[in-house]
Amino acid sequence: MLDLSQYQSIGAALKDALDRFAGEVCLIEADRDREKERLTYREFEERAHPLAKALQDKGFSMGDRASIIMTNQSRWLISAYAIFFAGGVLVPLDYKLTPDEQWQLLKHSGATVLITEYPIWRQLSASPGRASANVQTVLVTEAPANASLAHAQRWEEFRGAGEPAFVPRERGDTACIVYSSGTGGHPKGCMMTHENYLEQCVALTSIYPFWPGVRYLSILPTNHAIDFMVGFFGPFTCGAAVVHLRTLRPEYVREAFPKYKITYVSLVPLVLKNLQKGLQARFDALSGGKRKIFNTLVAVNKALTKGRPRLGVSRLLLKQVHEAFGGELRTIIVGGAFTEPQTLQFFYDLGIPVANGYGLTEAGTAITVNDLKPFRADTVGKPLPGMEVRIVNPAGDGIGEVAVRSKTVMAGYLNDPELTAETIVDGWLMTGDLGKLDRHGHLQLSGRKKNMIVTEEGKNIYPEDTESVFEGLRVKEFCVFAANYIWPKRSMTGEQLVLVLHLEAGQQFSDELRREINTRNQRLLNYKRIHGVVLLEEDFPRTASLKIKRNVLAERLAKLDRGAAVLPL
Amino acid sequence: MRTLEQTTREVLDLAAKHFQLPTGSLAPEDDFFKKLGIDSLQTLEMLSRLENHFGIELPDYEVQGVSDFKTLAERIQSRL
Repeated sequence: MLDLSQYQSIGAALKDALDRFAGEVCLIEADRDREKERLTYREFEERAHPLAKALQDKGFSMGDRASIIMTNQSRWLISAYAIFFAGGVLVPLDYKLTPDEQWQLLKHSGATVLITEYPIWRQLSASPGRASANVQTVLVTEAPANASLAHAQRWEEFRGAGEPAFVPRERGDTACIVYSSGTGGHPKGCMMTHENYLEQCVALTSIYPFWPGVRYLSILPTNHAIDFMVGFFGPFTCGAAVVHLRTLRPEYVREAFPKYKITYVSLVPLVLKNLQKGLQARFDALSGGKRKIFNTLVAVNKALTKGRPRLGVSRLLLKQVHEAFGGELRTIIVGGAFTEPQTLQFFYDLGIPVANGYGLTEAGTAITVNDLKPFRADTVGKPLPGMEVRIVNPAGDGIGEVAVRSKTVMAGYLNDPELTAETIVDGWLMTGDLGKLDRHGHLQLSGRKKNMIVTEEGKNIYPEDTESVFEGLRVKEFCVFAANYIWPKRSMTGEQLVLVLHLEAGQQFSDELRREINTRNQRLLNYKRIHGVVLLEEDFPRTASLKIKRNVLAERLAKLDRGAAVLPL
Repeated sequence: MRTLEQTTREVLDLAAKHFQLPTGSLAPEDDFFKKLGIDSLQTLEMLSRLENHFGIELPDYEVQGVSDFKTLAERIQSRL
């Protein structure tokens, strides 16, 4: 691995990595059962440099912002490297957002370059939001030969002649603007510095190392902080390889493990639970005798791995299980949302450790992680090296707001000093999550203080971002809340949004109104939808500028009985 | 060549069969996340089954944001 303490920027570290590991494979890309591409670090550089040169020829220079909206694939990483090489700031956006939402964030970020895939561009270019953004150069990958590109250029043909000039950046400079939310008019663009990534990479790889020969299966979107770190920057600075799948159908994901001898993979809890379900069904189908033998082997494995994982032993004892995962899998990294302890324990008992952790985009990927010394399913692990975690205003049971201080904490929110000041107080990032540290230094999460939910798919949903779809609803006023924010619950799972309605005088919650809410709700992506309605017969408290005082309103709503107050849709 | 109506009917029948529901219990406008109570992963499994039936490949991006059978059938139809 490169000694990252010697580097000032992501670009400089990656540049050296491409030289150091030139002959190693860095990328494998497969579409269903077909391998599309396999690149060495040298070939990666040969693809990226002409792109960096072409960007520079177009006037792209230090500090300019370029956005990538792509599914996980080799061109994502090649483009990102070219942007860093040219001294640019990367704005990675979620390809699953709607075109309107993407344009909003493109506008907010100030990106002048957009690199995207043809199918995404087809939708983006047809969206009226385009006019508001300042995007001047659009590069589109894999466009069909006769496709109309709507003033975009083909990524494959956008190549400059000659060598690009490497543009150095400093540790404190912004490397990426990563949106942790903000598609409903309240963009939260986290300004992540080069130092944030360099320090996070050192901390994470000290516990979960990469080396040439390691293969990381990239499933979480690369715009997500976790995949950016463990599916790009981390493996690249260690000479490891990243495997991309162009389709994430469960059958192809399953096949990829043995086919590419995967070492690490990151999953969201939903996918991990699905894997558990599939494995459990196979175990349940074993005949009586086989099942008995299997259960005995699991019990022996549990006893032998009580203190620490012993991969060699587990692979020997539970050979078939490990072979289904390719026989090389060392750890499943799970993130993006809270994972239930029994799921973590299930995999650990099979000899497949799950690196469970806790993090926020604002803190640069991970704050705590299970170091497996020993494995514990009931916590999100201990703070990573270099992370200070403290509990603010703990109650009698030790539970309070989790605060973090480290070199991995963002510089602030783009164009929002007020929100930055609320979030980073005296150098401590206030996470809005509730938890406590136990006597072994493990963090146990127990709920949220902030008005948001996280789905099992790892999606952060802020209620305000869903409200625009209900604009114009024929009621006096409305507001969306995370139900657990109104009625605090010591739980990190099963979180839901509720729509609070104040009806007009004499108005009833009619079937017609319910239908209209349902229709509007369906316009939201499935994971953003509200799950119930709460009726309140009083005016919402508002500020002088007529903004809803959400915290005061939540206090009023809390007096209602949750079970009776939330009406199903 | 199937008509869009035929494709839609086959999509509905296959989805009902996949999720063990009575034939005819699903409608084109139904939101499958809501009606079937399924998550994104189960949707992908259903898509694989539909691909096999129609003998097509439906890239993940084609079904991005699609949540009703009618639109899904249209996307399939465009690739037949």
